Amino acid sequence: MAQFLFEADLHGLLKLDTPIPNAPPARWQRKAKESGPGPSPVGVSPMKPANRSHSFSKTPSKTPGKSGSKIQSTPTKAGGDRYIPNRSTMQMEMANFLLTKENDPAEESPTKKEQQKAWAVNLNGFDVEEAKILRLSGKPQNAPEGYQNNLKVLYSQKMTPGSSRKNSRYIPSMPDRILDAPEIRNDYYLNLIDWSSQNFLAVALDNSVYLWNHASGEIIQLLQMEHPDVYISSVSWIKEGNYLAVGTSSAEVQLWDIQHTGSRAVGARTGHIHHHDVRVAEHHVATLTGHTQEVCGLKWSLDGRYLASGGNDNLVNVWPCTQGGGGDFAPVQTFTQHQGAVKAVAWCPWQMNVLATGGGTSDRHIRIWNVCSGACLSAVDAHSQVCSILWSTNYKEFISGHGFAQNQLVLWKYPTMTKVAELQGHTARILNLTMSPDGTTVASVAADETLRLWRCFEMDPIKKKEKEKANSAKSSIIHQSIR
Amino acid sequence: AQQQLGREHQGITLRGSAELVAEFFSYGINSILYQRGIYPPETFTRVQKYGLTLLVTTDPELTNYLNNVTEQMKEWLYKCIVQRLVVVISSIESGEVLERWQFDIECDKTAKDDEGPREKSQKAIQDEIRSVIRQITATVTFLPLLESACAFDLLIYTDKDLAVPEKWEESGPQFIANSEEVRLRSFTTTIHKVNTTVAYK
Repeated sequence: MAQFLFEADLHGLLKLDTPIPNAPPARWQRKAKESGPGPSPVGVSPMKPANRSHSFSKTPSKTPGKSGSKIQSTPTKAGGDRYIPNRSTMQMEMANFLLTKENDPAEESPTKKEQQKAWAVNLNGFDVEEAKILRLSGKPQNAPEGYQNNLKVLYSQKMTPGSSRKNSRYIPSMPDRILDAPEIRNDYYLNLIDWSSQNFLAVALDNSVYLWNHASGEIIQLLQMEHPDVYISSVSWIKEGNYLAVGTSSAEVQLWDIQHTGSRAVGARTGHIHHHDVRVAEHHVATLTGHTQEVCGLKWSLDGRYLASGGNDNLVNVWPCTQGGGGDFAPVQTFTQHQGAVKAVAWCPWQMNVLATGGGTSDRHIRIWNVCSGACLSAVDAHSQVCSILWSTNYKEFISGHGFAQNQLVLWKYPTMTKVAELQGHTARILNLTMSPDGTTVASVAADETLRLWRCFEMDPIKKKEKEKANSAKSSIIHQSIR
Repeated sequence: AQQQLGREHQGITLRGSAELVAEFFSYGINSILYQRGIYPPETFTRVQKYGLTLLVTTDPELTNYLNNVTEQMKEWLYKCIVQRLVVVISSIESGEVLERWQFDIECDKTAKDDEGPREKSQKAIQDEIRSVIRQITATVTFLPLLESACAFDLLIYTDKDLAVPEKWEESGPQFIANSEEVRLRSFTTTIHKVNTTVAYK
């Protein structure tokens, strides 16, 4: 339809027999206006020459003069008996485009739609436009009123009151000693301290190992890694206390002879050393394939019959030990209940086959197991990441080291699992715990670069004497039998 | 029992795959509800599945609700017409969406025409599912605390021309504006592949 109008337009253009009423005023008209109502520009012929272009671009106005009575600043639609389009306000190009397009209206849209669809499929894996989103109505009632999201309580835990039962002994709430541990690596998976039976505390600070003599208080630097990028991932004393095994980030284990300081014994690991190897899951006696991720907790049972390992895969495996063994082992027990990495692994010294394990941030539980039956004897929520557990040899208790938010050590009574005390002081999460040879002091090292010694298992003198007597009796028997 | 045995030894059929994936969703949703504290932890109990100890709800209404979803998912997965399952966690008070767990499903439609089952051991699939569920548990270490009491919603993206069954209604996507996204592991049964992402504010 429009083409006819257009044609009419063209004709009108060519003819120009009537003035174009709604065009902006020509220059001379404007001038006339300025000078005031003067002589009317009469006699100007409609055929005033102007650039007449038949192009589709803006046609310049050619307004033949009308009588000056019409002062117009903006073009207005003239009255009249026919439609005269205002060409200058028309967009010729657009009109043309649309016109030519009209015949093929579907041309542009489908291809574009196809493209968009392809993009959508690529991005979403399917055509999102085509997908319907459904929601199942009739949702069950939410958690009951007054239920506060448990997680909040977890992470902003206030001091819990100690057990109501009166403690039979005094446990100092302040550490006995605080040592500086600069540059200690804040890595949950490393084992950076160990206390020897000869009363030396070995501490690994990044790439060096220092020995602290508890009796004399002197500090010796034992070694330093040559390579700057290599750091120490674990330290462990041999039972006799004269050799220190040092594990490095380059997957190497070194044995250091302490008595002849600086001399290094090159040797393979034997079963006597309590090994805490972090990155290596398949080592030691044979291939112990039970963990699919790093092993972070490793402990021999006190009678040497079992090896308990905790991994980053939340599993706890208990392996049997056969002398001079080779070949593949299968764990006698696998515990899956922990919901987080198990680094804290400890055997009970006074009850056979009892193992304590602690889970990481996602789990926060301490569990006690009987490895023969595989039963979980008890579980308690510690409300915080558990990095280490140590059983006391002096009391029927164990101590656990924690991280966020309290960074505390907690003493628990076994088997009632009640809290005996909480030792606060560290300002960042505890990484490792180790016990003194006499069982009275626990050393904890934390990410706040301090090492604190807590005298929490102090024996009262009478009991101490009894114990010593018992111990000496035992050892004498052993000596006799060896001879 | 016969069918199950068959499944274990013979590989994966379309129906078997649908069941595996629907089952995964059931346990996955339970894990999310427990880990994010949507319902009190006392209302969950431990079960052994995939070689893990998982927590599932004991609340009968919730169990019923989730069973409905699982059954429906089984059917839709079998027909290969479901593309996505979303768990939306929003604050009860403000209605704001705080977390969005998205499980994308890619279905191999040629499986319908397949003559026999596909080669993939159940154990391998179980291992993969186990990794994903462990990851879901581990996310608690970086997901922001859900301060207020929250409710959850389940959204399912299906083919457009699917007739909306009873009890289901149409809904919007409930996206989170300016979210952080973390992509978790995916697992595949060779017929269905599930990708998991979690988006949070």
